Amino acid sequence: MGRRVLTPNAASIVGIGATEFSRKAGRTELQLACESITAAVADAGLTIGEVDGLVSYTVDPVDETELVRSVGFQEINFSSRVPYGGGGSMGVLLHAAAAVASGVADVVVAYRSIRARSGATRFGGAKTLPSPTSGHSGTTAMQWCMPFGVLTPASWMGFNSVRYMHEYGVTSEDFGRAVVQLREYASTNPAAWGFGNPITLEDHQNSRWIVEPCIRLLDCCQETDGSVAVVVTTPERAADLPGVTVNIATASGAALFEQEIASDHYRKNLAVMEGAVATGRRIFDATGIDRNDIDVAMIYDAFTPILLMQLEGLGFCGFGEAKDFIAEGNLALDGSLPTNTNGGLIGEGYIHGLNLVLEATRQLRGTAVNQVAGARTALVANARTAAVLTLD
Amino acid sequence: MDTTGAALRPGPTVTDDSAVFWDAATGGRLVAQRCASCGVLRHPPRPMCPHCHSLAIEVAELAGTGTVYSFSILHHPKNPAFEYPVIAVLVDLDEGVRMVSNLVGVAPAEVRIGQRVAVEFVPAAGDTQLPVFRPIEVA
Repeated sequence: MGRRVLTPNAASIVGIGATEFSRKAGRTELQLACESITAAVADAGLTIGEVDGLVSYTVDPVDETELVRSVGFQEINFSSRVPYGGGGSMGVLLHAAAAVASGVADVVVAYRSIRARSGATRFGGAKTLPSPTSGHSGTTAMQWCMPFGVLTPASWMGFNSVRYMHEYGVTSEDFGRAVVQLREYASTNPAAWGFGNPITLEDHQNSRWIVEPCIRLLDCCQETDGSVAVVVTTPERAADLPGVTVNIATASGAALFEQEIASDHYRKNLAVMEGAVATGRRIFDATGIDRNDIDVAMIYDAFTPILLMQLEGLGFCGFGEAKDFIAEGNLALDGSLPTNTNGGLIGEGYIHGLNLVLEATRQLRGTAVNQVAGARTALVANARTAAVLTLD
Repeated sequence: MDTTGAALRPGPTVTDDSAVFWDAATGGRLVAQRCASCGVLRHPPRPMCPHCHSLAIEVAELAGTGTVYSFSILHHPKNPAFEYPVIAVLVDLDEGVRMVSNLVGVAPAEVRIGQRVAVEFVPAAGDTQLPVFRPIEVA
Protein backbone atom coordinates (compact mmCIF):
# COMPACT_ATOMS: atom_id res chain seq x y z
CA MET A 1 0.00 0.00 0.00
CA GLY A 2 1.44 3.34 -1.01
CA ARG A 3 1.91 5.84 1.78
CA ARG A 4 2.09 9.55 1.23
CA VAL A 5 4.88 11.54 2.80
CA LEU A 6 5.40 15.19 3.56
CA THR A 7 6.65 17.26 0.65
CA PRO A 8 10.47 17.09 0.94
CA ASN A 9 12.16 20.13 2.46
CA ALA A 10 8.82 21.85 2.85
CA ALA A 11 9.81 23.81 5.92
CA SER A 12 12.76 24.98 7.97
CA ILE A 13 13.63 25.38 11.62
CA VAL A 14 14.94 28.89 12.10
CA GLY A 15 14.73 29.49 15.83
CA ILE A 16 15.00 27.68 19.13
CA GLY A 17 14.47 28.89 22.68
CA ALA A 18 14.44 27.43 26.16
CA THR A 19 14.14 28.33 29.79
CA GLU A 20 16.44 26.82 32.36
CA PHE A 21 15.60 23.26 33.36
CA SER A 22 15.00 22.90 37.08
CA ARG A 23 13.25 21.11 39.90
CA LYS A 24 11.12 24.12 40.72
CA ALA A 25 10.64 26.87 38.20
CA GLY A 26 8.71 29.03 40.61
CA ARG A 27 6.50 30.42 37.85
CA THR A 28 3.57 29.21 35.78
CA GLU A 29 3.73 27.07 32.68
CA LEU A 30 2.26 30.07 30.85
CA GLN A 31 5.14 32.27 31.92
CA LEU A 32 7.67 29.59 31.02
CA ALA A 33 6.10 29.33 27.56
CA CYS A 34 6.25 33.11 27.13
CA GLU A 35 9.94 33.03 27.95
CA SER A 36 10.90 30.16 25.64
CA ILE A 37 8.77 31.42 22.76
CA THR A 38 10.08 34.98 22.79
CA ALA A 39 13.61 33.58 23.01
CA ALA A 40 13.00 31.30 20.02
CA VAL A 41 11.45 34.05 17.88
CA ALA A 42 14.32 36.39 18.70
CA ASP A 43 16.78 33.59 17.89
CA ALA A 44 15.15 33.34 14.47
CA GLY A 45 15.50 37.06 13.83
CA LEU A 46 11.73 37.41 13.56
CA THR A 47 9.21 39.50 15.47
CA ILE A 48 6.25 38.23 17.44
CA GLY A 49 3.91 39.97 15.03
CA GLU A 50 5.15 37.74 12.22
CA VAL A 51 4.10 34.53 13.98
CA ASP A 52 0.78 33.23 12.64
CA GLY A 53 0.78 29.61 13.78
CA LEU A 54 0.96 27.77 17.12
CA VAL A 55 1.43 24.04 17.70
CA SER A 56 1.64 22.10 20.94
CA TYR A 57 0.29 18.94 22.57
CA THR A 58 -3.07 18.07 24.05
CA VAL A 59 -1.40 17.52 27.44
CA ASP A 60 0.19 20.96 27.47
CA PRO A 61 -1.36 23.15 30.18
CA VAL A 62 -0.82 26.44 28.35
CA ASP A 63 -4.02 27.83 26.92
CA GLU A 64 -3.60 29.38 23.47
CA THR A 65 -5.80 32.35 24.29
CA GLU A 66 -3.73 33.27 27.33
CA LEU A 67 -0.54 32.71 25.39
CA VAL A 68 -1.65 35.04 22.58
CA ARG A 69 -2.68 37.65 25.12
CA SER A 70 0.59 37.41 27.03
CA VAL A 71 3.12 37.20 24.21
CA GLY A 72 1.25 39.67 22.04
CA PHE A 73 0.63 37.58 18.94
CA GLN A 74 -1.51 39.72 16.66
CA GLU A 75 -3.20 37.28 14.30
CA ILE A 76 -2.92 33.50 14.58
CA ASN A 77 -4.28 31.74 11.52
CA PHE A 78 -3.37 28.14 12.38
CA SER A 79 -3.20 26.23 15.62
CA SER A 80 -3.12 22.55 16.41
CA ARG A 81 -2.22 20.09 19.13
CA VAL A 82 -0.61 16.71 18.66
CA PRO A 83 -2.46 14.00 20.61
CA TYR A 84 -0.98 13.44 24.11
CA GLY A 85 2.61 14.57 24.57
CA GLY A 86 5.87 12.70 24.77
CA GLY A 87 4.92 9.82 22.55
CA GLY A 88 4.02 12.37 19.90
CA SER A 89 6.74 14.84 20.66
CA MET A 90 8.17 15.14 17.16
CA GLY A 91 4.66 15.43 15.75
CA VAL A 92 4.74 19.20 16.22
CA LEU A 93 7.33 19.37 13.43
CA LEU A 94 4.96 17.51 11.13
CA HIS A 95 2.09 19.85 12.02
CA ALA A 96 4.21 22.98 11.67
CA ALA A 97 5.80 21.85 8.41
CA ALA A 98 2.44 20.85 6.96
CA ALA A 99 1.02 24.22 7.92
CA VAL A 100 3.72 26.27 6.24
CA ALA A 101 3.93 23.93 3.25
CA SER A 102 0.22 24.24 2.64
CA GLY A 103 0.32 27.99 3.00
CA VAL A 104 -2.07 28.28 5.94
CA ALA A 105 0.68 29.78 8.05
CA ASP A 106 3.99 31.50 7.42
CA VAL A 107 5.72 31.30 10.79
CA VAL A 108 4.70 28.57 13.24
CA VAL A 109 5.91 28.26 16.82
CA ALA A 110 5.89 24.79 18.39
CA TYR A 111 6.18 24.75 22.15
CA ARG A 112 6.01 22.59 25.26
CA SER A 113 5.78 24.01 28.73
CA ILE A 114 5.78 21.78 31.77
CA ARG A 115 6.26 21.72 35.49
CA ALA A 116 6.74 18.00 35.69
CA ARG A 117 8.71 18.30 38.91
CA SER A 118 7.00 20.92 41.03
CA GLY A 119 3.59 21.25 39.39
CA ALA A 120 0.45 19.17 39.11
CA THR A 121 1.87 17.09 36.28
CA ARG A 122 4.20 14.76 38.12
CA PHE A 123 3.84 11.77 35.86
CA GLY A 124 5.59 9.44 38.27
CA GLY A 125 3.35 10.46 41.14
CA ALA A 126 1.22 7.30 41.35
CA LYS A 127 -2.09 9.09 41.34
CA THR A 128 -5.32 7.23 41.11
CA LEU A 129 -7.46 10.29 40.63
CA PRO A 130 -7.77 12.10 37.32
CA SER A 131 -4.59 14.03 36.58
CA PRO A 132 -3.14 15.85 33.60
CA THR A 133 -1.65 12.52 32.60
CA SER A 134 -4.74 10.48 32.98
CA GLY A 135 -7.05 12.86 31.24
CA HIS A 136 -5.08 12.63 28.03
CA SER A 137 -3.83 9.09 27.96
CA GLY A 138 -6.98 7.71 26.46
CA THR A 139 -9.53 5.86 28.51
CA THR A 140 -7.27 2.88 28.62
CA ALA A 141 -4.63 4.04 31.04
CA MET A 142 -7.05 5.46 33.55
CA GLN A 143 -9.80 3.01 33.31
CA TRP A 144 -8.06 -0.24 32.54
CA CYS A 145 -4.74 0.21 34.33
CA MET A 146 -5.30 2.28 37.43
CA PRO A 147 -7.60 -0.09 39.34
CA PHE A 148 -4.70 -2.55 39.18
CA GLY A 149 -2.09 -0.18 40.55
CA VAL A 150 -0.62 0.45 37.13
CA LEU A 151 -0.46 4.17 37.72
CA THR A 152 2.62 5.61 36.07
CA PRO A 153 4.27 5.75 32.65
CA ALA A 154 7.05 3.48 33.97
CA SER A 155 4.48 0.87 34.94
CA TRP A 156 2.73 1.10 31.58
CA MET A 157 5.98 0.76 29.67
CA GLY A 158 7.13 -2.01 31.97
CA PHE A 159 4.85 -4.53 30.31
CA ASN A 160 6.32 -3.87 26.87
CA SER A 161 9.86 -3.74 28.24
CA VAL A 162 9.59 -7.08 30.06
CA ARG A 163 8.19 -8.80 26.98
CA TYR A 164 11.03 -7.27 24.97
CA MET A 165 13.61 -8.59 27.45
CA HIS A 166 11.95 -12.00 27.36
CA GLU A 167 11.91 -12.27 23.57
CA TYR A 168 15.47 -11.14 22.99
CA GLY A 169 17.39 -12.02 26.13
CA VAL A 170 17.98 -8.38 27.07
CA THR A 171 19.11 -7.60 30.63
CA SER A 172 19.09 -4.63 32.96
CA GLU A 173 22.84 -4.35 32.39
CA ASP A 174 22.17 -3.90 28.68
CA PHE A 175 19.95 -0.96 29.56
CA GLY A 176 22.60 0.27 31.94
CA ARG A 177 25.22 0.54 29.21
CA ALA A 178 22.95 2.95 27.35
CA VAL A 179 22.41 5.02 30.49
CA VAL A 180 26.15 5.27 31.13
CA GLN A 181 26.54 6.78 27.65
CA LEU A 182 23.65 9.21 28.14
CA ARG A 183 25.01 10.34 31.48
CA GLU A 184 28.46 10.79 29.97
CA TYR A 185 26.95 13.21 27.46
CA ALA A 186 24.96 14.95 30.17
CA SER A 187 28.01 15.36 32.36
CA THR A 188 29.43 17.96 29.97
CA ASN A 189 26.12 19.75 29.26
CA PRO A 190 25.65 22.69 31.66
CA ALA A 191 21.89 22.73 30.99
CA ALA A 192 21.53 19.09 32.03
CA TRP A 193 20.42 17.58 35.31
CA GLY A 194 23.36 15.22 35.03
CA PHE A 195 25.94 18.00 34.49
CA GLY A 196 29.19 17.07 36.17
CA ASN A 197 27.77 13.78 37.36
CA PRO A 198 28.53 10.80 35.12
CA ILE A 199 27.66 7.29 36.34
CA THR A 200 29.13 3.82 36.07
CA LEU A 201 27.37 0.62 35.13
CA GLU A 202 27.70 -0.37 38.78
CA ASP A 203 25.88 2.81 39.82
CA HIS A 204 23.10 1.87 37.43
CA GLN A 205 22.89 -1.68 38.72
CA ASN A 206 22.83 -0.45 42.31
CA SER A 207 19.95 1.95 41.74
CA ARG A 208 16.63 0.76 43.09
CA TRP A 209 13.91 -0.88 41.10
CA ILE A 210 11.04 1.25 39.93
CA VAL A 211 9.61 -1.57 37.82
CA GLU A 212 11.33 -4.94 38.14
CA PRO A 213 13.01 -6.37 36.11
CA CYS A 214 13.21 -3.60 33.54
CA ILE A 215 13.30 -0.06 34.90
CA ARG A 216 15.66 1.08 37.66
CA LEU A 217 15.72 4.60 39.04
CA LEU A 218 18.59 5.53 36.71
CA ASP A 219 16.58 4.29 33.72
CA CYS A 220 14.02 7.05 34.28
CA CYS A 221 14.03 10.44 32.63
CA GLN A 222 14.36 13.43 34.89
CA GLU A 223 11.00 14.99 35.56
CA THR A 224 11.69 18.65 34.95
CA ASP A 225 10.24 22.14 35.06
CA GLY A 226 10.87 24.18 31.96
CA SER A 227 9.77 25.17 28.49
CA VAL A 228 11.22 24.92 25.00
CA ALA A 229 10.07 26.37 21.68
CA VAL A 230 10.93 25.89 18.03
CA VAL A 231 10.19 28.30 15.16
CA VAL A 232 9.31 26.82 11.76
CA THR A 233 8.84 28.73 8.50
CA THR A 234 9.09 28.24 4.77
CA PRO A 235 12.49 27.68 3.13
CA GLU A 236 11.97 30.90 1.19
CA ARG A 237 11.43 32.90 4.34
CA ALA A 238 14.29 31.11 6.06
CA ALA A 239 16.68 32.16 3.31
CA ASP A 240 16.10 35.81 4.24
CA LEU A 241 16.89 35.28 7.93
CA PRO A 242 20.33 35.76 9.44
CA GLY A 243 20.88 32.38 11.11
CA VAL A 244 21.73 28.88 9.93
CA THR A 245 18.70 27.24 8.31
CA VAL A 246 17.85 23.70 9.37
CA ASN A 247 15.61 21.99 6.83
CA ILE A 248 12.84 19.61 7.77
CA ALA A 249 13.67 17.09 5.07
CA THR A 250 10.73 14.96 6.11
CA ALA A 251 8.46 14.42 9.08
CA SER A 252 5.97 11.73 9.93
CA GLY A 253 3.53 10.56 12.54
CA ALA A 254 2.16 7.04 12.69
CA ALA A 255 -0.74 5.99 14.87
CA LEU A 256 -1.54 2.33 14.45
CA PHE A 257 -4.66 0.30 15.13
CA GLU A 258 -4.91 -0.59 18.83
CA GLN A 259 -1.73 1.40 19.60
CA GLU A 260 -1.63 3.78 22.52
CA ILE A 261 1.12 6.18 23.42
CA ALA A 262 2.34 4.95 26.78
CA SER A 263 -0.25 2.41 27.92
CA ASP A 264 0.31 0.53 24.67
CA HIS A 265 -0.74 -2.97 25.65
CA TYR A 266 -3.07 -4.20 22.95
CA ARG A 267 -0.93 -4.67 19.85
CA LYS A 268 -0.28 -8.37 19.44
CA ASN A 269 3.52 -8.18 19.58
CA LEU A 270 4.74 -5.80 22.26
CA ALA A 271 8.40 -6.85 21.93
CA VAL A 272 8.61 -4.76 18.77
CA MET A 273 7.79 -1.06 18.81
CA GLU A 274 5.61 -1.18 15.76
CA GLY A 275 4.97 2.56 15.78
CA ALA A 276 8.69 3.10 15.29
CA VAL A 277 8.70 0.51 12.51
CA ALA A 278 5.92 2.40 10.74
CA THR A 279 7.66 5.72 11.30
CA GLY A 280 10.92 4.34 9.95
CA ARG A 281 9.14 3.16 6.81
CA ARG A 282 7.75 6.63 6.23
CA ILE A 283 10.80 8.75 6.93
CA PHE A 284 13.39 6.47 5.36
CA ASP A 285 11.98 3.86 3.02
CA ALA A 286 9.25 6.08 1.55
CA THR A 287 11.55 9.07 1.06
CA GLY A 288 14.77 7.45 -0.05
CA ILE A 289 16.65 9.00 2.88
CA ASP A 290 19.31 6.47 3.85
CA ARG A 291 19.61 5.48 7.50
CA ASN A 292 23.37 5.58 6.98
CA ASP A 293 23.14 9.29 6.23
CA ILE A 294 22.03 10.09 9.78
CA ASP A 295 25.00 11.78 11.45
CA VAL A 296 23.36 12.24 14.84
CA ALA A 297 20.13 10.93 16.35
CA MET A 298 17.79 12.14 19.06
CA ILE A 299 15.58 9.30 20.20
CA TYR A 300 12.94 9.64 22.90
CA ASP A 301 14.28 8.07 26.08
CA ALA A 302 11.66 8.53 28.76
CA PHE A 303 12.87 5.12 29.98
CA THR A 304 15.88 3.21 28.72
CA PRO A 305 14.08 0.15 27.28
CA ILE A 306 12.21 2.22 24.74
CA LEU A 307 15.46 3.68 23.44
CA LEU A 308 16.62 0.19 22.51
CA MET A 309 13.26 -0.74 21.06
CA GLN A 310 13.26 2.36 18.86
CA LEU A 311 16.80 1.76 17.59
CA GLU A 312 15.49 -1.57 16.37
CA GLY A 313 12.10 -0.38 15.18
CA LEU A 314 13.58 2.49 13.20
CA GLY A 315 15.94 0.03 11.54
CA PHE A 316 19.36 1.03 12.85
CA CYS A 317 19.96 -2.55 13.91
CA GLY A 318 18.08 -5.82 13.84
CA PHE A 319 15.42 -6.81 16.36
CA GLY A 320 17.08 -7.84 19.59
CA GLU A 321 20.40 -6.36 18.48
CA ALA A 322 20.25 -2.93 20.11
CA LYS A 323 22.01 -4.26 23.20
CA ASP A 324 25.00 -5.24 21.06
CA PHE A 325 24.78 -2.05 18.98
CA ILE A 326 25.08 -0.06 22.19
CA ALA A 327 27.75 -2.25 23.75
CA GLU A 328 29.86 -1.71 20.62
CA GLY A 329 29.84 2.01 21.34
CA ASN A 330 27.69 3.12 18.45
CA LEU A 331 25.85 5.78 20.47
CA ALA A 332 29.10 7.59 21.36
CA LEU A 333 30.51 10.61 19.52
CA ASP A 334 32.88 8.36 17.60
CA GLY A 335 30.26 5.68 16.99
CA SER A 336 28.13 5.10 13.92
CA LEU A 337 25.07 6.82 15.44
CA PRO A 338 25.86 9.40 18.12
CA THR A 339 22.59 9.53 20.03
CA ASN A 340 21.06 11.97 22.51
CA THR A 341 24.22 14.02 22.72
CA ASN A 342 22.63 16.41 25.23
CA GLY A 343 22.24 13.47 27.60
CA GLY A 344 18.74 12.72 26.38
CA LEU A 345 15.65 12.99 28.52
CA ILE A 346 17.40 10.74 31.05
CA GLY A 347 20.46 12.97 31.34
CA GLU A 348 19.38 16.47 30.34
CA GLY A 349 15.76 16.63 31.44
CA TYR A 350 12.25 15.86 30.38
CA ILE A 351 10.59 18.65 28.46
CA HIS A 352 8.44 15.87 27.08
CA GLY A 353 10.83 15.20 24.21
CA LEU A 354 10.77 18.55 22.44
CA ASN A 355 14.12 19.46 23.98
CA LEU A 356 15.60 16.76 21.72
CA VAL A 357 14.62 18.88 18.70
CA LEU A 358 16.62 21.77 20.14
CA GLU A 359 19.66 19.53 20.51
CA ALA A 360 19.34 18.27 16.93
CA THR A 361 19.15 21.88 15.75
CA ARG A 362 22.24 22.79 17.75
CA GLN A 363 24.10 19.84 16.25
CA LEU A 364 23.35 21.00 12.70
CA ARG A 365 24.23 24.57 13.60
CA GLY A 366 27.52 23.31 15.01
CA THR A 367 26.81 24.71 18.46
CA ALA A 368 26.21 21.58 20.54
CA VAL A 369 28.19 20.99 23.71
CA ASN A 370 29.03 17.49 22.54
CA GLN A 371 29.37 18.37 18.89
CA VAL A 372 29.43 15.70 16.18
CA ALA A 373 32.04 16.95 13.74
CA GLY A 374 30.51 17.93 10.42
CA ALA A 375 26.97 16.83 11.29
CA ARG A 376 24.68 17.58 8.34
CA THR A 377 21.76 15.20 8.88
CA ALA A 378 19.93 14.58 12.15
CA LEU A 379 17.09 12.33 13.16
CA VAL A 380 14.56 13.23 15.84
CA ALA A 381 12.27 10.36 16.75
CA ASN A 382 10.00 8.95 19.35
CA ALA A 383 7.66 6.04 19.52
CA ARG A 384 5.54 7.16 16.62
CA THR A 385 6.58 10.54 15.30
CA ALA A 386 9.86 11.50 13.68
CA ALA A 387 11.60 13.97 11.42
CA VAL A 388 14.85 14.15 9.51
CA LEU A 389 16.62 17.50 9.69
CA THR A 390 19.36 18.54 7.28
CA LEU A 391 21.59 21.43 6.34
CA ASP A 392 21.18 20.71 2.64
CA MET B 1 -11.85 0.67 54.03
CA ASP B 2 -13.16 -2.86 54.00
CA THR B 3 -14.14 -4.75 57.12
CA THR B 4 -10.56 -5.77 57.85
CA GLY B 5 -9.46 -2.14 57.89
CA ALA B 6 -7.32 -2.48 54.77
CA ALA B 7 -7.54 0.29 52.20
CA LEU B 8 -9.60 -0.74 49.21
CA ARG B 9 -8.10 -0.34 45.80
CA PRO B 10 -9.82 2.26 43.61
CA GLY B 11 -12.77 1.14 41.57
CA PRO B 12 -12.88 1.48 37.81
CA THR B 13 -13.74 4.66 35.94
CA VAL B 14 -16.90 3.40 34.33
CA THR B 15 -18.16 4.93 31.09
CA ASP B 16 -21.26 4.14 29.08
CA ASP B 17 -19.08 2.16 26.69
CA SER B 18 -17.27 0.17 29.36
CA ALA B 19 -20.04 -0.51 31.89
CA VAL B 20 -20.68 -3.88 30.26
CA PHE B 21 -17.30 -5.11 31.46
CA TRP B 22 -17.19 -3.54 34.92
CA ASP B 23 -20.78 -4.34 35.83
CA ALA B 24 -20.15 -7.98 34.96
CA ALA B 25 -16.96 -8.00 37.06
CA THR B 26 -18.81 -6.63 40.05
CA GLY B 27 -21.20 -9.54 39.54
CA GLY B 28 -18.29 -12.01 39.51
CA ARG B 29 -18.30 -12.61 35.76
CA LEU B 30 -15.52 -12.03 33.24
CA VAL B 31 -16.89 -10.89 29.89
CA ALA B 32 -15.80 -9.27 26.67
CA GLN B 33 -17.70 -7.57 23.91
CA ARG B 34 -18.42 -9.63 20.84
CA CYS B 35 -19.59 -8.12 17.59
CA ALA B 36 -23.10 -9.40 16.96
CA SER B 37 -22.54 -9.08 13.24
CA CYS B 38 -19.10 -10.56 12.52
CA GLY B 39 -18.47 -12.31 15.82
CA VAL B 40 -15.03 -10.81 16.59
CA LEU B 41 -14.26 -10.44 20.30
CA ARG B 42 -12.77 -7.18 21.52
CA HIS B 43 -11.29 -5.61 24.62
CA PRO B 44 -11.26 -2.88 25.84
CA PRO B 45 -14.92 -2.31 25.00
CA ARG B 46 -15.83 0.20 22.32
CA PRO B 47 -19.07 1.23 20.62
CA MET B 48 -18.25 0.10 17.07
CA CYS B 49 -16.76 -3.07 15.66
CA PRO B 50 -13.47 -1.93 14.06
CA HIS B 51 -13.69 -4.78 11.57
CA CYS B 52 -17.24 -4.53 10.16
CA HIS B 53 -18.53 -1.26 11.69
CA SER B 54 -21.51 -2.93 13.27
CA LEU B 55 -22.93 -1.23 16.35
CA ALA B 56 -24.62 -4.45 17.49
CA ILE B 57 -22.90 -5.85 20.55
CA GLU B 58 -23.18 -9.17 22.36
CA VAL B 59 -21.71 -9.93 25.75
CA ALA B 60 -19.46 -12.99 25.62
CA GLU B 61 -18.83 -14.91 28.83
CA LEU B 62 -15.14 -15.79 29.07
CA ALA B 63 -13.81 -18.96 30.67
CA GLY B 64 -11.51 -16.83 32.81
CA THR B 65 -8.39 -18.78 31.95
CA GLY B 66 -5.40 -17.46 30.10
CA THR B 67 -1.66 -17.02 29.85
CA VAL B 68 0.64 -14.31 31.19
CA TYR B 69 1.84 -12.34 28.13
CA SER B 70 3.96 -9.95 30.18
CA PHE B 71 4.31 -8.62 33.68
CA SER B 72 5.77 -5.83 35.78
CA ILE B 73 6.73 -5.90 39.42
CA LEU B 74 5.91 -2.39 40.62
CA HIS B 75 8.04 -1.10 43.48
CA HIS B 76 7.85 2.67 43.32
CA PRO B 77 6.12 5.07 43.67
CA LYS B 78 3.67 3.68 46.18
CA ASN B 79 0.00 4.48 46.39
CA PRO B 80 -1.64 3.71 49.75
CA ALA B 81 -4.44 1.73 48.12
CA PHE B 82 -2.06 -1.05 47.10
CA GLU B 83 0.33 -3.51 48.72
CA TYR B 84 3.84 -3.43 47.29
CA PRO B 85 5.34 -4.75 45.25
CA VAL B 86 2.30 -4.82 42.98
CA ILE B 87 2.38 -7.71 40.52
CA ALA B 88 0.86 -6.33 37.34
CA VAL B 89 0.23 -8.62 34.40
CA LEU B 90 -1.02 -8.64 30.86
CA VAL B 91 -3.14 -11.75 30.49
CA ASP B 92 -3.98 -13.19 27.09
CA LEU B 93 -7.33 -14.84 27.70
CA ASP B 94 -7.91 -18.15 25.96
CA GLU B 95 -10.61 -16.57 23.80
CA GLY B 96 -8.02 -14.16 22.37
CA VAL B 97 -8.39 -10.80 24.14
CA ARG B 98 -5.77 -9.19 26.38
CA MET B 99 -6.35 -7.56 29.76
CA VAL B 100 -4.34 -5.60 32.29
CA SER B 101 -4.71 -7.12 35.75
CA ASN B 102 -2.86 -8.35 38.82
CA LEU B 103 -1.50 -11.73 39.75
CA VAL B 104 -2.30 -12.99 43.25
CA GLY B 105 -1.20 -16.02 45.23
CA VAL B 106 2.35 -15.99 43.89
CA ALA B 107 5.67 -14.52 45.01
CA PRO B 108 7.06 -11.78 42.76
CA ALA B 109 10.13 -13.86 41.96
CA GLU B 110 7.91 -16.72 40.75
CA VAL B 111 6.06 -14.74 38.09
CA ARG B 112 6.75 -16.05 34.59
CA ILE B 113 5.72 -15.16 31.08
CA GLY B 114 3.68 -18.06 29.77
CA GLN B 115 2.26 -18.95 33.19
CA ARG B 116 -1.30 -20.32 33.08
CA VAL B 117 -3.74 -18.32 35.19
CA ALA B 118 -7.41 -18.23 36.16
CA VAL B 119 -9.61 -15.34 37.15
CA GLU B 120 -10.99 -14.51 40.57
CA PHE B 121 -12.53 -11.34 41.91
CA VAL B 122 -11.43 -8.89 44.60
CA PRO B 123 -13.36 -6.03 46.20
CA ALA B 124 -12.69 -2.46 45.17
CA ALA B 125 -14.01 0.95 46.18
CA GLY B 126 -17.58 1.85 45.40
CA ASP B 127 -19.00 -1.63 46.05
CA THR B 128 -17.31 -2.95 42.92
CA GLN B 129 -15.25 -6.04 42.20
CA LEU B 130 -12.25 -6.35 39.91
CA PRO B 131 -10.95 -9.38 38.04
CA VAL B 132 -7.48 -10.57 39.10
CA PHE B 133 -5.67 -13.78 38.24
CA ARG B 134 -4.06 -16.63 40.14
CA PRO B 135 -1.62 -19.20 38.73
CA ILE B 136 -3.09 -22.63 38.05
CA GLU B 137 -1.41 -25.99 37.86
CA VAL B 138 -1.06 -27.33 34.37
CA ALA B 139 -1.64 -31.04 34.03
